[in-house]
Amino acid sequence: MPSTVPSIYYLIVSALIFAIGAVGVLVRRNAIVIFMCIEMMLSAVNLTLITVSHYLNSLDGVLMVFFVMTVAAAEAAVGLAIFVLLFRGRKTIKVDEINLLKW
Amino acid sequence: MIELVWLIPLFPFLGFLFNGLIGRWLNLDKRIVSLVACSALGFAFLFSILVFFSLLKLSPEARAVVPDKVLFDWIVSGDLKTVIGYKIDPLSIIMALVVSGVSFFIHVYSVGYMRDDPGFTRYFAYLNLFVFMMLTLVLANNFLLMFVGWEGVGLCSYLLIGFWFERDAPANAGKKAFVVNRVGDFGFLLGIFLLFAHLGTLEFNEVFAKAPSLDTVTVTLITLMLFVGAAGKSAQIPLYVWLPDAMEGPTPVSSLIHAATMVTSGVYMIARCHVLYNMAPVSMAVVAIVGAATALYAATMGLVQFDIKRVLAYSTISQLGYMFLAVGVGAFSAGIFHLMTHAFFKGLLFLGAGSVMHAMSGELDMRKMGGIWKRAPITFWTFLIATLAIAGIPGFSGFFSKDEILWQAFNSTHGHVYLWAVGAIAAGMTAFYMFRLTFVTFLGRCRASEEVKKHIHESPPIMTIPLIVLACLSIIGGYVGIPHILGGRNFFHEFLAPVLGGLPQGAGHAAFSLVGDAFAGGSAVEGSGVNMEILLMGISVAIAIIGISIAFYLYIWKTEVPKRLAQRFKTIYTIVFNKYYVDEIYEACFVNSTKKLGTFLWREFDDGVVDRSVNLVAGLMLWFGRVLRRIQTGHVQGYALGIILGAVIIIIFLIR
Repeated sequence: MPSTVPSIYYLIVSALIFAIGAVGVLVRRNAIVIFMCIEMMLSAVNLTLITVSHYLNSLDGVLMVFFVMTVAAAEAAVGLAIFVLLFRGRKTIKVDEINLLKW
Repeated sequence: MIELVWLIPLFPFLGFLFNGLIGRWLNLDKRIVSLVACSALGFAFLFSILVFFSLLKLSPEARAVVPDKVLFDWIVSGDLKTVIGYKIDPLSIIMALVVSGVSFFIHVYSVGYMRDDPGFTRYFAYLNLFVFMMLTLVLANNFLLMFVGWEGVGLCSYLLIGFWFERDAPANAGKKAFVVNRVGDFGFLLGIFLLFAHLGTLEFNEVFAKAPSLDTVTVTLITLMLFVGAAGKSAQIPLYVWLPDAMEGPTPVSSLIHAATMVTSGVYMIARCHVLYNMAPVSMAVVAIVGAATALYAATMGLVQFDIKRVLAYSTISQLGYMFLAVGVGAFSAGIFHLMTHAFFKGLLFLGAGSVMHAMSGELDMRKMGGIWKRAPITFWTFLIATLAIAGIPGFSGFFSKDEILWQAFNSTHGHVYLWAVGAIAAGMTAFYMFRLTFVTFLGRCRASEEVKKHIHESPPIMTIPLIVLACLSIIGGYVGIPHILGGRNFFHEFLAPVLGGLPQGAGHAAFSLVGDAFAGGSAVEGSGVNMEILLMGISVAIAIIGISIAFYLYIWKTEVPKRLAQRFKTIYTIVFNKYYVDEIYEACFVNSTKKLGTFLWREFDDGVVDRSVNLVAGLMLWFGRVLRRIQTGHVQGYALGIILGAVIIIIFLIR
């Protein structure tokens, strides 16, 4: 039996990536960077799903991952289009400067 | 035939529906409207007569126990079960006869009187509704249905007093009548509630059957409460103030509602409840004293008024006082007898006054009249007959009924010589002011303006025929109740005796036996009683003649004397002329304090408490909004932080 990396390591890595992504979403100003952070969080989730799927010896998680990846791709297209339009309108894509929607 | 009693109120109701809904809507011709209104009353009168005669066929004992005609259940709720049902007994059928009969003639008269009024259809709709309500009142077999009629006639009274509502005076008079009547109705309602609380039923038969189980205090309280209601409706002290003002309505209305029928319903109600009143001597005394006081008090105000309708209004109050005096001393049938004769002659007097107004281009002040008897002879002679009847001249109906009341006030076990004296003095005043009215209005020199003089004319036959009919009734109406002492047979009392019992027996009771001649037989005191009764009869006739003579002296012979008398006794004259300032006192005490209370509640309670608390809640919401909207910063990352924190908290809770 070949030695394998225990599942817990995968999970720890995925949690770390997710946390990095979440912090990035909260602290970065540039919308594109925030967007990339979100992608990171999605990837972390994918990694978790695959790990658990492997651990349970089931394909359900793997199936889920394909969906997430599809959604992420679509999201990338829509999100980038929004940023382009935002930039045209307001000459910036810094989220703290885009704060018209308030009281 | 007796079964058909429910048709009596039905016809006026149909007339009301037709005129009130269809007639008003389609703007029907006046001939159709008046035909429907009058024939509705004609049928009601016809059926009253039919029921009356079929009742007459029964034996006297059977008449009182005719089963009620129950149409259907009305309110069934818990212990309370009320039906729409009509009571048929001598008392209710006499009332139905008087109401439908007098109403019929006044309807006919109104066709002529209201001919040119734009509200013709409305008038007849109201009038029919009134008769329906009045018949409901007198025929009802339970207190609740009676109360419906009671309120219904009050409503119609309000509507008809304020018939010409474009002017302020009638509108205010209607309002006043309505409000004052509410005070009385409050007492009436409390009486009904008390009855229900103690006996658990409101049906007359059951109430009177169970009544002996009540203790004296309760029954006194109940009867006093009912009397408050009667005093409001029948314009007794202290609630009489609305009736003089009610004269703002059309004259036939004053005749029908405020003289002949509605105002007598208090007397009817007390006679109907005589079982209760007989158990409460205190209430009887109160009724008698208030009645006698009102009779005298209202008569004094009638002495000095110049408005012919107001004189008649005070006269009505005074005569109602007599009726209450009668029922208060236990002579219930005497009260009902006077109610009937009064309906004839007072109805006639008002119609006569209407005819005079018709002749005088609407003038009401008798100082501007005079000498019109030649130009309006039928009005004059019928008016004179009614005046003789109300003055109590022997041979006319008023003599029999009034004299009987006075005799009962003296003789009955509940009576007292003072009650008799007050009644007799009021009778003298009545004779005086009524003849003053007749003399000044119809005789002497005409004091009207030339313009009015030219138009003085007799009213058309449609108005004079009712006058003649009522004049006949004013004469012959009394002969159904001739005192035994004058050798007659008192049919009226014999008819009512099964319901109301005999007249109370006093010192000379034998002379007045109703229950039959059995009493009249071997009583030792018969002789003195007979003499006493004849003596009192003589005195009251003498007082009436003195009153007439004084009126003749002052207003025909020495016409300048009244002015000098008024000068001489200026203070008293002013006080009486201004109706003892009672209206002003009421205004100051009750009306103003109520207004002040209203203003206080409006300013302090409504504005200060209710509105302020509503505004407080609204202000609080505004403040919350102002504070909480600060959360909405517009920074997306702030929201993201919130989401994450929330997710973290949920997760912590989940995995713990």
